[in-house]
Amino acid sequence: MLEALQFEFMRNAVMAAIMASAICGVIGTLVVVNRIVFLAGGIAHAAYGGIGLAFFLGLPYFVGIFGFSVIAAMIMAAITLKEKNRADTFIGVVWAVGMALGVILLDIKEGYNVDLMSYLFGSILTVPSSELYIMAGLSLFIVIIVGFYYHDFLAMSYDQEFAQLRGVSVKPLYFLLIGMIALSVVMVIKVVGLILIIALLTIPPFIAERYTNSLLQMMLFSGFLSIIFSLVGLWFSYKLNLTSGATIIMVAAFAFFLSLLIDRIRRHAVK
Amino acid sequence: MNKPIIELKNVDFSYNHHAILNDVNMTVYANDFIAIIGPNGGGKTTLLKLMLGLLPAGHGSIRIIGEKPKKVSHRIGYVPQNVNANKNFPISVMDVVLMGCLKSGRLWTHPTKTDRISAKEALEKMEMLKHHKRRIGELSGGQRQRVFIARALAGKPEILFLDEPTASVDTHGQTELYSLLKELNKHVTILVVSHDLMVVSSYVKTVICVNQCVHQHDAAEMTKEMLDMAYQCPVELIAHGLPHRVLGDH
Repeated sequence: MLEALQFEFMRNAVMAAIMASAICGVIGTLVVVNRIVFLAGGIAHAAYGGIGLAFFLGLPYFVGIFGFSVIAAMIMAAITLKEKNRADTFIGVVWAVGMALGVILLDIKEGYNVDLMSYLFGSILTVPSSELYIMAGLSLFIVIIVGFYYHDFLAMSYDQEFAQLRGVSVKPLYFLLIGMIALSVVMVIKVVGLILIIALLTIPPFIAERYTNSLLQMMLFSGFLSIIFSLVGLWFSYKLNLTSGATIIMVAAFAFFLSLLIDRIRRHAVK
Repeated sequence: MNKPIIELKNVDFSYNHHAILNDVNMTVYANDFIAIIGPNGGGKTTLLKLMLGLLPAGHGSIRIIGEKPKKVSHRIGYVPQNVNANKNFPISVMDVVLMGCLKSGRLWTHPTKTDRISAKEALEKMEMLKHHKRRIGELSGGQRQRVFIARALAGKPEILFLDEPTASVDTHGQTELYSLLKELNKHVTILVVSHDLMVVSSYVKTVICVNQCVHQHDAAEMTKEMLDMAYQCPVELIAHGLPHRVLGDH
């Protein structure tokens, strides 16, 4: 790995992996404890419509994904608040429509030759330095927002009704959270791709939840796990010449099943 | 009696065109200890949520401490029904109780020193201070219940609402809990939703029956109507004054 770091694309890949992982730790934790994994999946997949839109209009892909997924996210957030018991159905519809729109827009746009696989499964080895700055800015923004509203997010996630009684503005906070999920999607698409984002948002927090005593610890620990998974996955993909996004997810999945196994053994030992 | 602390006038509430509460009139005075009883689906929890401002009333007026419910919700302590929800959440007992110190209008919501002191006092009152570092999911149902009451007390409320607080507590725990509430009642007005008519009757001062309509009974004295309503079938009243009197002399 060390000799690989002499290449700029490898250094960029490592930086991108570290930043995306840190954000997955923070946002993934909030996604998991608020039980909005499906909503997060919807945002990630609807982002494909943004890729189509960006190529169709000739915009930078960052702008397309960002604009489109934020709008799709807000629509889904509004629906989940309004129609709680049918929320999953509506999310499923937006999920599919976003992807379909992306495919059709790319069909119409003549003579495109983008590597779509790189958006579906990530292309961490092609992150340019300029994008690293955008990622750094987004990460900083998310960390500051979550840090500032930490106790409001904690109260909302744990007991929404009680938080409301204590004067926490639950609705704006919910939209803020959904907006930040959309931002994270934009960042992580390059690293693991939109199909695999959901794994990086859920697996590390799931493992971390059982070993931590506060939301903050859970965020830090799952961010740490995420970084380990990404770097180990990156190393395997470099050594074995595999697609980096998928390799990172396989490493995370391996850790996921390992943690389940360890848990089982520990519970047996207690008995 | 002193000034009314809760006043409901001609309050209606319906959900999906289905009437839940109908023309509710009730007045509660400070330092009362009230049991709210009634059949499932009768509107007990709805009544609480209306008074907390979590639900908007269809018609009529609700005044809590002379104000609209939303304006004063931070002066009410609320212990919700299901304390077992979110058991796996990574949160310490202390952090749960600190939630009760959140105040509206404060932008920076990190707990202050004063908040920590209030939280500790509330835990002390509920005899749970020694558990303050433990994770909420490690506690028993009864202990968790106490933490939730401490959370409600941490904000120094003038009124305390409890929604079926004894659902996950054994009989011994129930008696303990009600003795504790009786102690708290010296300073706080308490409304408790309950199914355990018999347990409640020896502690409370007023009973409110809710079944679409609301009937208020001034003394904590069982009437045949109340029992019939609570159990939804005719009940025969027999009692002999000991160990605690639940019926008037007959």
